[in-house]
Amino acid sequence: MSARNLILADLDGDRTWRLQDYLARGGYAALKKIIAESTPPADIIAEVKASVLRGRGGAGFPTGLKWSFMPRSFPGAKYLACNSDEGEPGTFKDRDILRYNPHSVIEGMIIAAYAMGCERGYNYIHGEIFEVYDRFEEALAEARAAGLLGDKILGSDFSFDLFAHHGYGAYICGEETALLESIEGKKGQPRFKPPFPASYGLYGKPTTINNTETFASVPFILRDGGETFLNYGKPNNGGTKLFSISGHVNRPGNYEIELGTPFSELLEMAGGMRGGRKLKGVIPGGSSSPVVPADIMMDCTMDYDSISKAGSMLGSGAVIVMDETTCMVRALERLSYFYFEESCGQCTPCREGTGWLYRVVHRIEHGLGRPDDLDLLNSVTTNIMGRTICALGDAASMPVQSFVKHFGDEFAYHIEHKTCLVPDDVQREGSKIYVGPSC
Amino acid sequence: MLEIEIDGKQLQVADGSTVMDAANQVGAYIPHFCYHKKLSIAANCRMCLVQVEKAPKPLPACATPVTNGMKVWTKSEAAVKAQKGVMEFLLINHPLDCPICDQGGECQLQDLAVGYGESKSRYQEEKRVVFNKNLGPLVATDMTRCIHCTRCVRFTQEIAGLMELGQAFRGEHSEIMPFVEKTVDSELSGNIIDLCPVGALTSKPFRFAARTWELARRKSVSPHDSLGSNLIVQVKHDVVKRVLPLENEAINECWLSDRDRFSYEGLNCASRLTKPMIRQGDSWQETDWQTALEFAATRLKAVVAAAGAEEFGALLASNATVEELYLAQKLVRGLGSDNVDFRLRQTDFSADAVSQGAPWLGMPVAEIADLNRLLVIGSFFRKDHPLLAQRVRQAAKRGLKVASIHPTADDWLLPVSARMQPKPSEMVAALAAVLKAVADAESKSVDAALTVLLPADMPAEAKAIADMLLSGRQSAIWLGNFAMQHAQAATLRRLAQEIASITGSSFGVIGDAANSVGGYLAGAVPATGGKNAAAMLSESLKSYVLLNVEPSLDSAAGERARAAVAGADFVVNLTAFNSPELRAISHVMLPVSPFTETSGTFVSCEGRAQSFVAVAKPQGDTRPAWKVLRVMGNLLSLDGFDYNDSEAVRADVLDITAFPVANLSNTLDGLTVSGSAASAGIERVADVPIYATDSIVRRAPALQRARDGAAPAAYLSAATMTSLGLNAGDAVEAKTEQGSARLVAKADDTVADGCVRIASAHETTAALGGLSAVVTLERV
Ligand SMILES: Cc1cc2nc3c(=O)[nH]c(=O)nc-3n(C[C@H](O)[C@H](O)[C@H](O)COP(=O)(O)O)c2cc1C
Ligand code: SF4
Ligand code: SF4
Ligand code: FES
Repeated sequence: MSARNLILADLDGDRTWRLQDYLARGGYAALKKIIAESTPPADIIAEVKASVLRGRGGAGFPTGLKWSFMPRSFPGAKYLACNSDEGEPGTFKDRDILRYNPHSVIEGMIIAAYAMGCERGYNYIHGEIFEVYDRFEEALAEARAAGLLGDKILGSDFSFDLFAHHGYGAYICGEETALLESIEGKKGQPRFKPPFPASYGLYGKPTTINNTETFASVPFILRDGGETFLNYGKPNNGGTKLFSISGHVNRPGNYEIELGTPFSELLEMAGGMRGGRKLKGVIPGGSSSPVVPADIMMDCTMDYDSISKAGSMLGSGAVIVMDETTCMVRALERLSYFYFEESCGQCTPCREGTGWLYRVVHRIEHGLGRPDDLDLLNSVTTNIMGRTICALGDAASMPVQSFVKHFGDEFAYHIEHKTCLVPDDVQREGSKIYVGPSC
Repeated sequence: MLEIEIDGKQLQVADGSTVMDAANQVGAYIPHFCYHKKLSIAANCRMCLVQVEKAPKPLPACATPVTNGMKVWTKSEAAVKAQKGVMEFLLINHPLDCPICDQGGECQLQDLAVGYGESKSRYQEEKRVVFNKNLGPLVATDMTRCIHCTRCVRFTQEIAGLMELGQAFRGEHSEIMPFVEKTVDSELSGNIIDLCPVGALTSKPFRFAARTWELARRKSVSPHDSLGSNLIVQVKHDVVKRVLPLENEAINECWLSDRDRFSYEGLNCASRLTKPMIRQGDSWQETDWQTALEFAATRLKAVVAAAGAEEFGALLASNATVEELYLAQKLVRGLGSDNVDFRLRQTDFSADAVSQGAPWLGMPVAEIADLNRLLVIGSFFRKDHPLLAQRVRQAAKRGLKVASIHPTADDWLLPVSARMQPKPSEMVAALAAVLKAVADAESKSVDAALTVLLPADMPAEAKAIADMLLSGRQSAIWLGNFAMQHAQAATLRRLAQEIASITGSSFGVIGDAANSVGGYLAGAVPATGGKNAAAMLSESLKSYVLLNVEPSLDSAAGERARAAVAGADFVVNLTAFNSPELRAISHVMLPVSPFTETSGTFVSCEGRAQSFVAVAKPQGDTRPAWKVLRVMGNLLSLDGFDYNDSEAVRADVLDITAFPVANLSNTLDGLTVSGSAASAGIERVADVPIYATDSIVRRAPALQRARDGAAPAAYLSAATMTSLGLNAGDAVEAKTEQGSARLVAKADDTVADGCVRIASAHETTAALGGLSAVVTLERV
């Protein structure tokens, strides 16, 4: 188990995003084969099921299974949406896929549309990345001009058109139903489910939403077989996955590895700990996944099952590495502020609770903590979790619960001494950025 | 059907039911805020969380579909824990200063906090403050109290038809607000006050006027349109403080129009007449009832004796009660005259000769939901009939297709799938064209009397309306107020009747007032060749009795009506209000009760007789008009005025238990129709603005300040404006044969070319008279 580039394969040229380049790398071979052989849609879904590709957007839901939920003979439009909203702190893989390999996403979506009978698709691109948006539009134009997209694709009876939709930078628009609302031109607010998008999605029509990386994995699966893909990972955790590593490592960036690769290997790929300092904790799957203390993390392999056993989630694969210079209270304060600002405000526990959590953590960080604050935090998170319309409520709560659970002593110290356990100058040294006095 | 168990109770519910529906069915109360039976499901407050077997987390009852065999606990420890958790969140940013909140005592949050809230808050941080919004003169805001249930937002979007409110910003910064710089102008806006579970939206006119527990709640019926909305009138010390809907699914559901809700301010206005008054020369003296009544009776008798009974007549308000209308016509007839009418805005009375009963809607209001085709002829539908339009709007969502034939295309906030926009003088031709189209399509012959009207060629729009009607399963054709006030109203009715009979549609008249039907049943129309309202107002009679009528505002003739009455020798005026106009034309003014201070009956458009009792003591020396008329009858020594109560009067007119009441008919067989003479020149299209319909609303200050209370202007399409060399914003002088008015020209492309829309029932336009006359417009 180690580094293996499928999505990122051969991306060392300087125009890898061009159609020509993609074709030269074997791109669109899967689509061409499907069109030439008129592969039955059910076979494609079976192949994706066989690959055990799990959604790369966060929840890790088996993609083949999701595709099979789409009604087969539905009179009227069906839609496909790609979730490139990527707003979770720590996650920056989808923008690189779109920047360097946009046609893999386009091909993946065309195949998906073919398999599910969708006539139209949208790629919802995060609002704050402009270059990527422009580049994706160019790629769409190339694909259309080459007859790969639009009416009667490659001369077949299959038509599918795909459009880019530029968001406005709201994290919540990455939640799949908020994303649909946003495409419809409404305020991006999650819908209550059921009904699920497969029965009532975009404009009320059956819709499938997948993450950018999920779609980018599809061409390989169809070209080289689901089995092959699965075998790069481990059972129940098929294939390779991109990990966005940030924090106190020497070479932060995106790394594509086989699922099941030990975390220690991944850490090494990223150049190891900065300044050779000691690892304190890792947020393994994006800011909403529970933090995992160093010792537990070092025993984990990077796959859904192992991380889940460690009490966290693989999520979107954003690995935030924190060394011993990190004040965990300050880190949590920053995270809680994010969820407080990004809650859509629709449902009561999240709208009111995220602000409460942030204020309490902020207070602790600023020396105004009270002895029962940790109980309060735990109780408020319990009252949020599982009681909201979408998973943002949980996403805001899990960091709080896990930070308090694993680093409770730091919080207690803060409350008692009204200052950080990790001295300010140590923090400053570790982050190499100015850290103001905490209290 | 699905099996479900709620709190141990087994029951069956229809497919598609939610847990909330099921709970309602067994009477298990689940606390809730955002859920409302008439609105879409938002599932955002989370107060209704319940425990469901096998579900790992509590589920919102309002949004969770029942599945077969489901087991639900609404009051289990887990459920209550979840509910209490939500309540805590709702309260952390809520001000909790109920003693200074206008909603105090009638607040859902306050009520539920008693059961689900803690006595002490764990939230020690600063609370959120939200700036208030100006939603207009009717709805006050206290936005810090908002709990973001979005009921108000969903109401404007789903029920009122236009999303005038939205939730802006995110998270804790979320604010309910109107669109930038706008107010909420819906004619149904007051309902958001009822819907708001907290004190974020309250009634501006009622603000801080009373506490809910100080108010007596009494049932009544709205006097403003023909729907007969049921009211709860709230009274403190015999003053009406507030009006709320009395839920009646068959009529107003749980809604009220703003006119129904806020008109009560007019009842308390300074211009109420509270003492009988007699004119002496140019001055008015207050007097007692006996003196006033004796004066009225003696003089009336003398004038009638001198000038002949045919020189005496009565003009009655169309929102007078059945009892008042009945006794008034009895008095007229007792004095030997047949000059009596309550249809002051009508101009064509030729239907009377062949009419077989009171014109009515022709169907129950509740059955609008079952219609799938509707043609509305000559109506400012949404403003004339706010709640009827609301019902049609809901039906339109379920597939009802609506067509309109009307000179203006004002936005009804519902899809209109086919439309003809004739000038007023082309209305007959337009209807005749539709008639021809349906007859041709069905290969049916048209009644011989109507063939003269049928056009040679047929506009495509007429064909489209015909096709729409014919493709329906259950269709209806309604004539609106504009059609009934039209100079060829009877011909329009006859044509519509024929279209309805060929297309198998239900056929009816919406009616412009609370007693548009009741007036006929009470016999308040000429029966033996007497003068109708137009005739009584075109030339002065020697004497009149007026009942709650302000001639220049309540009649088609406008200023000329005032002049006609002013020309009489003696005018007895039964009125709730005093005004310069009334003082100028009357000789004795008798203060009579508005609907809140008398018992009485209205018969609604669907033929529903609804009686009500006084909700407050009459102000000052005011007396119920039926009693005043009874005494006058006695003083005039007329037979048949010995009633003990208003029920006895009503019993002479109708059977309150019958629905619909007897003697309704829209049929005009045998009518001599008249073709239309195309007119040269700009034609006036006159609406009666929603807040100008009667003397009570005209005196309701908050409604007058609403957007719909704006003073009349001259609205013209851009093309018409250009053809006249006018620009939007120009001051213009509008002139008719009768008189002139100074107005501002405003661009409005919903008005048919060649027409100008100028509202009536307003003092600035009363001089123009005639509701659809030819108008010249000149820049001044
Ligand atoms: C608050 C919130 C934010 C989310 N943001 C993203 C996102 O930026 N990108 C993404 O792919 N999925 C995001 N998701 C997950 C999506 O809702 C959805 O599960 C995913 O797009 C499905 O694709 P997949 O099955 O391919 O993973 C988010 C979910 C939540 C609750
Ligand atoms: S959980 Fe938060 S983000 Fe999700 S719908 Fe509720 S308020 Fe919006
Ligand atoms: S203003 Fe009232 S009705 Fe509107 S969202 Fe707030 S609490 Fe709900
Ligand atoms: S009533 Fe169910 S969530 Fe509000």
